[in-house]
Amino acid sequence: MTMTRPGMDPVRTPTAKQVTRARRRASRSRSWRSFRSNRSGMVGLVVLLAFVVVAILAPVLFPPSTISVTQATGEPMSPPTAGFPLGTDESGRSILALIVWGARISLVVGLAATVMSMLIGTVMGIMSGYFGGGLGLVLNRFTDWFLVIPFLPLAIVLATVLGASLINIIVVIGITSWPGTARLVRSQTLSIGGRPYLERARALGAGNIHLMRRHILPNVMPLVLANTTLMVALAILSETTLSFLGLGDPLSPSWGSILDGAFTSGAMTVGAWWYVLPPGLCVVAVVLAFTLIGRALEDIADPRRQGA
Amino acid sequence: MDQPVSTSAAPVQDGAADGAGQSSGMSPGTRYAARSIGSGVATLFFVVVFNFFLFRMLPGDPIGLYTRGRNVPPEQIAKLRAELDKPILEQFLTYVANPFSSTINSARFNRPVWELIFERVGATLLLVGTAILIASIVGTLIGIRAAWKRGETFDSVSSAVTLTLYAMPEFWLGMILLIMFGVGTAITPGVFPIGGIISPGVDPRSLEGILNVAWHMVLPVTTLAAVYVAEYALVMRASLIDEMGQDYLTVARAKGLKDKVVRRRHAVPNAILPTVTLIFMNLGFVISGAITIETVFSWPGLGLLTYDALRGPDIALLQATFLLFSIGVIVANIIADLLYAVLDPRVRV
Repeated sequence: MTMTRPGMDPVRTPTAKQVTRARRRASRSRSWRSFRSNRSGMVGLVVLLAFVVVAILAPVLFPPSTISVTQATGEPMSPPTAGFPLGTDESGRSILALIVWGARISLVVGLAATVMSMLIGTVMGIMSGYFGGGLGLVLNRFTDWFLVIPFLPLAIVLATVLGASLINIIVVIGITSWPGTARLVRSQTLSIGGRPYLERARALGAGNIHLMRRHILPNVMPLVLANTTLMVALAILSETTLSFLGLGDPLSPSWGSILDGAFTSGAMTVGAWWYVLPPGLCVVAVVLAFTLIGRALEDIADPRRQGA
Repeated sequence: MDQPVSTSAAPVQDGAADGAGQSSGMSPGTRYAARSIGSGVATLFFVVVFNFFLFRMLPGDPIGLYTRGRNVPPEQIAKLRAELDKPILEQFLTYVANPFSSTINSARFNRPVWELIFERVGATLLLVGTAILIASIVGTLIGIRAAWKRGETFDSVSSAVTLTLYAMPEFWLGMILLIMFGVGTAITPGVFPIGGIISPGVDPRSLEGILNVAWHMVLPVTTLAAVYVAEYALVMRASLIDEMGQDYLTVARAKGLKDKVVRRRHAVPNAILPTVTLIFMNLGFVISGAITIETVFSWPGLGLLTYDALRGPDIALLQATFLLFSIGVIVANIIADLLYAVLDPRVRV
C-alpha cells in the first residue's frame, strides 16, 4: 500500500517504521540536549564513566595475581608507600588493586540487581494496575507486604538461606528492592488504564498480553528508566552493606567486602585509615554519580519538576 | 481475624474525636483505623508464614544447620528431630501460636532466644530513639531553612551535604569517626570510647554510670543521626517548597504578616506532616542502620545480636530477630497511618 501526499516524491515516501525511527531519534537528541544542560547530571556522568573505564581496565592495571592472598608481595598493614600508593591489607595486598577490582564487582552487582528488581517491579506493577478485581488486589497486597518488611533483616535472612555467592547477592537485592518500582508503575498504569485508545485496541480484538506489552509498557517505560539510575545507587549501597556483613562472595572482592576485611582484621583499632577510607569514598562517589544522573533524568521525564 | 481488629480499633477512633454519636455503621475515622490496623495484622501474618517456610526450605539436614558448630546433647537433638518429624501443618500451627517460644536454643549462646532478645532490646531502643530524636529535629530545621532560602548559599551547601550523606554507607561513616575520634589520628584526638555501652566496673544506676553511657553513645548516635538528618532535611525541604506555592500564603503575606510569622504559623505546620510520619515510616531503614552501626561500635543491642547470629549462622536466633524487626516496623507503620489521620483529617476517608 503506497500513500502519496501532495508535494512529496512518491518513491521516497517514508514507511511507518521510518517515521517512528526518525521521531525516536529526534526525541532522543532532545533529551540528550536537555540532559547536557544539567550541570550536576553531567558531573555524575563523567564520574561514572571514569569508574567504568577503570573497572574495565582492571586486569590491565593490576594482574589478577595482585589480589590473590597467597601471592601478595607487600608488608601486611603497611601505610601508603611508593610501591603501594594506598597501603596494604592484613595479608599484604595492595589496597589500590583491591579497589580497582572491587569496582567491577560493585558495578556489576549494582546493575544486575537493578535489572532484576526493575523486571519484577514492572511486571508486578503493570499486572496489579491492569487487572482490576481479585488478582490486582492480591498483587497489590503482596507488594505492600514486601514494602513494609524491613529491607536489611529480610536480605540477611534470604542471603543466609541461599548462601554467599555473587549470583545470590544479586538475587537477594533484586527480591528485596522491587516493591518501590511496582508501586510507581502501578499508579502510572492505573492513570492510563482508562484512556480511550486502550478501549479502541480492545474493540479491535487485542488481548491482555498485547495491551500490556504494546500499549501500557511503552507508557510506563520512561518513568521506570528514570527510576533505574536511582535504583542502581540503592543497589550498590545494599551490596556494600551486605558484603560488609560477610554475605558477599568471599572470592570476588567488592568495596563492601574490603570494608568487611578491614573491620574483621582490626584495621580500625590500629588506625589503618588507608584500608577504610578509599573503598567508602568510591561508594560515595559512584552512588552520588548515579543519584545526580537520576535526578537529571527525572527532570527530563517529568517537566513539572524542572527548576524544583 | 477481622472481629478483634475492629473492636480494638474503636478506642483509637474516640481519640481521633471524629464522628461522635454514630451508633450504627462505622464512621470514616473508624473505618480508616480499622483498615490500617487490619492491613498491619495481615502483613504480620504474612511475615510469620514467610519466616516459617523460608527456614524450612533450607537445603541439607535442618538439624545440622540449627546446631552447627557446637556440642549438642543427644536428648536435645532427639527433641528437635521429634519436633521436625511432626506433620508440617502441626509444626506450622505451633509456630504461629507462639513464634518466639522456639524449642531450639540459640546455637551460639546456647540459651533461649527470647531471653537474649529481651536483654538486648533496651540498648537498641536507647541508641535508635536518641538518634531519631536528634535527626528529626536537626533535619527538619535544616530543611525549613533550605526551602525558605531556596537557591541561596545555605540551600546549595546543605543540599550538597545532605546528598553526600545520603550516598554514604552509614557503617563506613561510623568506621571513619571511630578511627578519627575513638582511636585517634595525627590530626584528631581519640577522646571517645571505641566500643561498648559502659566502661567495665561502672554502676549503670549511678550518675557516673549515666554519664559514662552518654559518653559511649556520642559516636554511634552521631553516625546513625547523620544519615537520617539528610533524609529529614530532603523531605522537609521538598514538602515546604510544595506548600510555598499555595494561595493561602500569598493571602497571609497580603494581610501584611511578617515573613517569619508566615513561615512559622502558616507554612511550616502544614508542611511538617510528611516528616512526622517519616519518623515512623523510616524505622525499617533505621533498623538497617542499627544493625551495621551496632556492629562497628560493639553496641550490645539487637543489631549486634543479628550480626553474631548471621556470622554463625545461628538460624534460630536469626529467625527471631527478623520477626522482631518486622513487628517493630509494622507497628510503627500503623502508628504512622493513625497519626497521619489525626494530624490531617483529609486522609480520613
